[in-house]
Amino acid sequence: MFYREAGQFKDSYESDQAIFPVAQDRWFVFGVVIAAFALVPFFIGDYWTNAVLLPLLAYSLAALGLNILTGYCGQVSLGTGGFLAVGAYTTFKLVTAFPELNFILVVLFSGATTAAVGVVFGLPSLRIKGFYLAVATLAAQFFLVWMFNKVEWFFNYSPTGQITMPPVELFGVLITGPRAPSAAKYLFCLGVVAVAAYAAKNIVRSRIGRAWMAIRDMDIAAELIGIRPLMTKLSAFAVSSFYIGMAGSLYFGVWLGSAEPIEAFGIEQSFLVLFMIIVGGLGSILGSFLGAAFMVLLPIVLKNFMVDGLSMAVVTAKHVEIMSLGMLIVFFLIVEPHGLARLWQIAKEKLRLWPFPH
Amino acid sequence: MSERRNGEVLLSVDKISLAFGGVRALEGVSFDVLEGEIRAIIGPNGAGKSSMLNVINGFYHPQEGSITFKGKTRKQMRPHFVASSGVARTFQNIALFKGMSTLDNIMTGRNTKMKRGILWQALHYGPARNEEIENRGHVEKVIDFLEIQSIRKTPVGRLPYGMQKRVELGRALAAEPELLLLDEPMAGMNVEEKEDMCRFVLDVNEEFGTTIALIEHDMGVVMDISDRVVVLDYGKKIADGTPDEVRANQDVVDAYLGVAHD
Ligand SMILES: Nc1ncnc2c1ncn2[C@@H]1O[C@H](COP(=O)(O)OP(=O)(O)OP(=O)(O)O)[C@@H](O)[C@H]1O
Ligand SMILES: [Mg+2]
Repeated sequence: MFYREAGQFKDSYESDQAIFPVAQDRWFVFGVVIAAFALVPFFIGDYWTNAVLLPLLAYSLAALGLNILTGYCGQVSLGTGGFLAVGAYTTFKLVTAFPELNFILVVLFSGATTAAVGVVFGLPSLRIKGFYLAVATLAAQFFLVWMFNKVEWFFNYSPTGQITMPPVELFGVLITGPRAPSAAKYLFCLGVVAVAAYAAKNIVRSRIGRAWMAIRDMDIAAELIGIRPLMTKLSAFAVSSFYIGMAGSLYFGVWLGSAEPIEAFGIEQSFLVLFMIIVGGLGSILGSFLGAAFMVLLPIVLKNFMVDGLSMAVVTAKHVEIMSLGMLIVFFLIVEPHGLARLWQIAKEKLRLWPFPH
Repeated sequence: MSERRNGEVLLSVDKISLAFGGVRALEGVSFDVLEGEIRAIIGPNGAGKSSMLNVINGFYHPQEGSITFKGKTRKQMRPHFVASSGVARTFQNIALFKGMSTLDNIMTGRNTKMKRGILWQALHYGPARNEEIENRGHVEKVIDFLEIQSIRKTPVGRLPYGMQKRVELGRALAAEPELLLLDEPMAGMNVEEKEDMCRFVLDVNEEFGTTIALIEHDMGVVMDISDRVVVLDYGKKIADGTPDEVRANQDVVDAYLGVAHD
């Protein structure tokens, strides 16, 4: 079939505002979602679920959250690790205190707590920008991790300082803990991420999303046409942190199962998610997914290739991996700041003209 | 054109003084803008024209003086309040949102008219969806009026300069303002683009009854389209009247010819 926009006329603003105005895009995305829900669960084993799918889903949600703040609203944050921790510890405290609570509510509540924390740490953004804001969020990162490490109430006074997720059922099916079936874990995370992505897409194409982008592109002009900078920035911090908090809930609750603050929520996580949105595409919902997929798959592919294929020593392979990652980041920052999502779009534009290049 | 008479006083500024450290941008400037008129603000570079607009829409806060808008007198204005009570503007250096399309840029002009909360927007359903469609309808009218249908989906960063100026006017018009402040809307345009822009300004004024205060350097344009002209020089008002009166004023002639101040 041809990828064509021609001949698809929009007869109402409603249809022009559709998420995927081009029919082929609509069918493609529809197909991917159907396959993800209805086909993938039959084929996945434990390895694929734990090594690829669950991290991919948890990180996609975190990247989506950071992209809302950084890509759409232009506020740089290095606090992602700390916000993931807020989501994770909220989940832990809730499921240990109220084992009967529906896990969907737990995830939502973890998002809400993180949103509140995010708003507090977002307050300086009214006064400071760019590099200085990044440093302020770095303070949030270190403070939060320190707090979860030091205040024993958060980890229920466990002697190791670790938090461990108890088994939780949703509608009679086990979805957390080592005995939960892979397909159930996967489907639960997929459901949360799909709904969250749909909501994010809706928000960024409506009034609040436009206000975020206006603040990002030129905050003074935005203010003078009646957009309130404080409200707009704080709403971005709130929504972004809400997403990252839910991601933290899935990351710890469903994927890792147990966590220790410095390891699981350290500054490396902040950078990892930041790299995901740079590689995937700043200001793009699709880019958040592409970036997360790229950063989750790259180490696996490189390791298979170098260690198993070229019989390289594991340590050397790790160095090569870090180096190629660094080069990729520089490449995307300089050559294509809109990341993989933009490359995908260019490919589509080429396809639209094919086979006539002019 | 100057024969046409206008309504009540919509805006008046009274003895406005504004200084940045030692630089006195405005000194005791007073003038008014009548409902329905096209009011030009002219003067040499650095005279304080842009600063005056910034005082009116609350971006600068004057040290002295007051501003009366729609009958209410205030010491200073607040940007959000000004925007939501019916004042829109364009900027001397184009201030569009570069990463957004023409359509989205103009939609931001309707920000103060949209009220639905984030949950409705996340669902894109019911009231939020209706609100979006209704406001999109207004924006499409602006797009038709300015004849920019073909660049609707283009990111504004890719548009030529003259088109960007037009989109910026569109963003201001989308707010359906009572008072439109234009800071050098024709600067840097070629003759043809200037003619188009003049026509739009006149049409906005006539068709929608919008009051317009504009800063412009092109004397021909100013004399052609404005009802009354206020002239600033070194932060002071040196003349105020119809284009003909202003043109005949000796102080104005001196200011433009650069006659030394005593
Ligand atoms: N934010 C600011 N900080 C310091 N000085 C300023 C600021 N804004 C304006 N000024 C000064 O105020 C004076 C008036 O500037 P303004 O921009 O209002 O002039 P203008 O009449 O618009 O000139 P132009 O025709 O060049 O646009 C100038 O001396 C300018 O340097
Ligand atoms: Mg100026």
